[in-house]
Amino acid sequence: MNPYVVPGLILVVLVTVGIGAYGLRFARTTSDFLVASRSVSPSWNAAAISGEYLSAASFLGVAGLVLRYGVDVLWYPVGFAAGYLALLLFVAAPLRRSGAFTLPDFCQVRLRSPVLRRLATVFVVFIGCLYLVPQLQGAGLTFTTVTGGRYEWGALLVGLVVTANVALGGMRAITFVQAFQYWLKLTALAVPVIFLVMQWQSDGRPAVTPPAGPAFTATTTVTFTDAATLTLPDGSQSRVAEGEERTFAAGEAVPEVSTVDDHRGADWLLPGGDTTLFATYSLILATFLGTMGLPHVLVRFYTNPDGASARRTTLVVLALVGLFYLLPTLYGVLGRIYTPQLLMTGRTDAVVLLLPEAALGGGHLGQFLGALVTAGALAAFMSTSSGLLTSVAGVIFTDVLHADRGGSVRDFRLATVLAAVAPMALSIYVANMDVSQVVGLAFAVAASSFCPLLVLGIWWRGLTDAGAVAGILAGGGAAMAAVLITVLGPPLSGWPAQLIEQPAAWTVPLAFLVMVVGSLLTKRRVPGDIGATMLRLHAPESLRL
Amino acid sequence: MDGDQTGGAKVRRTRVVLGEAAARRPSPDPARADLAEQTPVGEALVKGLVRAQLALALRLSLVVAAGLGALPLLFAVAPAVGEAKLLGVNLPWLLLGLLSFPFLIGVGWAYVRWAERNEQDFTAVINRPEG
Repeated sequence: MNPYVVPGLILVVLVTVGIGAYGLRFARTTSDFLVASRSVSPSWNAAAISGEYLSAASFLGVAGLVLRYGVDVLWYPVGFAAGYLALLLFVAAPLRRSGAFTLPDFCQVRLRSPVLRRLATVFVVFIGCLYLVPQLQGAGLTFTTVTGGRYEWGALLVGLVVTANVALGGMRAITFVQAFQYWLKLTALAVPVIFLVMQWQSDGRPAVTPPAGPAFTATTTVTFTDAATLTLPDGSQSRVAEGEERTFAAGEAVPEVSTVDDHRGADWLLPGGDTTLFATYSLILATFLGTMGLPHVLVRFYTNPDGASARRTTLVVLALVGLFYLLPTLYGVLGRIYTPQLLMTGRTDAVVLLLPEAALGGGHLGQFLGALVTAGALAAFMSTSSGLLTSVAGVIFTDVLHADRGGSVRDFRLATVLAAVAPMALSIYVANMDVSQVVGLAFAVAASSFCPLLVLGIWWRGLTDAGAVAGILAGGGAAMAAVLITVLGPPLSGWPAQLIEQPAAWTVPLAFLVMVVGSLLTKRRVPGDIGATMLRLHAPESLRL
Repeated sequence: MDGDQTGGAKVRRTRVVLGEAAARRPSPDPARADLAEQTPVGEALVKGLVRAQLALALRLSLVVAAGLGALPLLFAVAPAVGEAKLLGVNLPWLLLGLLSFPFLIGVGWAYVRWAERNEQDFTAVINRPEG
C-alpha cells in the first residue's frame, strides 16, 4: 500500500478541524453556526459553495464516465457547471431577497401553503438521500482501491463518520472549511495532471484511440469478480470464471468483457454512437435545471448579504466550478492509455485514484501524487455529504419532527440518523451503478419538481398553491417513480429503458405544463399579497423600501 | 398548529426584509409610496422591472440553447462536424471539454452586468426628484 496515503488523509482531517476551530472563534450566534456569518465576501462564499458542490461524482465519477463512454458524457461536467448559470439567470437574486433559507421556506413565503410545504419537505428528503448515495459509493470505492478492503466497509465507515460528525456538531457548514475543501480538490487534480501530461509527452504521446483498440502499456494482472466472456479485437473469444486472474503483457490488446458496458473506437471518440439524442437532451435538461433544486445548494445563498451579491457570488461559483471541470476529462482520456484494465473490471470510477501511480510508476512521485488525489477524494465526499446531511437533517428536524415547538439537540441527532440510514443501505445495494449516473437521477428529480416551482414562483404572478402541488406531484412524482424503477426494478431495454433511465426530457415539461394549467384553473387562489411579494423578490435592496 | 407556527416564523422574516423597514421609514417621495402601498402605479413599476429582468434572462437562455443546446442535434445531422479536428483533437471534445466553460462564464458575466443596469434604471425612476 502507498505509504503516503494515511499521513495525507490525517493531514487533511487535521487541517480541516484546525480551520473549523479557527472559524468557530468568530461564530457567536446560532445563525453563525448554521450558515456561517452573513458578511462573507462573494469570493470566499463562492469557494465555499463550490467546495460543497464538487462531490465524489465530480471528483471521481466524471473521469470514470469519460474513460468508459467518451465524448457523449462530457455533457455531465458541462451540465453540472451550466446548472449554476440557470441558477444565476432565474433564481439567485430573487431567492436571496425572499429571505427563504430552505425550499420549504420558499413555498411558505411565496404561496403560504402548509400542504405545499410538506410536499416540498418530502422531495427535499428524497433528493438529499438520493444525492448522498453516490457520495457513499465514492467512499466505498476509494476504500477498496486504496486499502484493498471490502466496498461495503468503506461506504459504511464514511457514512458512520459523517453521521457522527453532523449529529455531534463536529462538522458545521463553516464557510472557511468548505472554501479550503474547494482549493484542496482543485489542487489534488491540477498538480498531478501536470506531471501526467509531461509523462505522456515523454512517452512519445501514445495515441488515445489507437486503430487496433486500447492496449496495455505495462504488464497488468486483472482479477474478474464475475464469470464473463472476453472478446479480442480479432474476434476470438475466451471465458473466465468468477475470481479468476489473468495477466496481460505490455502491448497486448484489451479484450472486451461481456459483463462491462463500455464504448470502443469511434463510439468513444465521436458523438452519437449508442447514446440517443433523447438521452442526451434528457441529461442536459436534468443537469442544467436540477442544480437550483438541490437542498444543500440553496441554503448557502442565505449567506449573501443581498440579492446583488448573491448574483456576483453565483458568477464566481460558475467560474470556479468551470475551472475544476476542465480537469476530470483529462484523467478520463489519459486513463484510456494508462489504466485500460478498468475497462475490464468495470471499476472505471477509480481512474482518478489509480492513474498517478499507473502512469508515473510506483516511485515516490507517483505515490505522493496518488496520495494527493486520495486526499482530494476524501475532501470531496466528506464536504458534500456533510453539507447534504446537515440540510436534510435540518428539514427533517423542523418539518417532520415539528421540533420548532421546542426541539432539542436530541431531536436533531435523531433527524440526522434518520436521514443517514436510507442512503447507507442504498449505497450498498447500488454498488454496481456509475457514481455520476446516480447523481444524474437526483438532478432529474430536482429539475422536475423544484425548478418549475422556483422559476414560476419567482417570475409568474399567476402561480397558485394548488397548481404548484399538482405540478410537483405530476412531474416530480413521475421522475421519482422513474428513479425507483431504475435503482430497484428489473433491467429494462428499448424505448421504455430510455424514458425511465433519463426521465427529465418528459418529466420537466410535464411539471411546467401541469403547474401552469393547474394555476390557471385555480386563479382565485392567487395569494392576495402577490404584489408585495413580487416587489420584495425583485426590488433592489438599495431602495430601502 | 405547526403550520401556524412555521407561518409565524416566516412572517417575522418578511418584516425584517421589507415591511418593517418600510413602516419605520415612511417616505415623502410619491414613487416610493406608490411602491410600498401597492398602488396601480407602483404595481406597474414592479411589473416593468420583473418583465425587463425576465426578458434578459430568457434572451440569454436562448443564447445558451443556441450555442450549447444545438450541439447534439448538429453532431447528429452533420457527423462531419464531429469528425473534424482542430490541433489534433476532435472538435466535440474541444467544444464540450474546454470552450463550453468560458462560454457559460461569459454569458453569466453579461447577465450580471445587464441585470444590475436594469435595477439601476428602476432605482433611478423611483428616486426621480419630480416623482
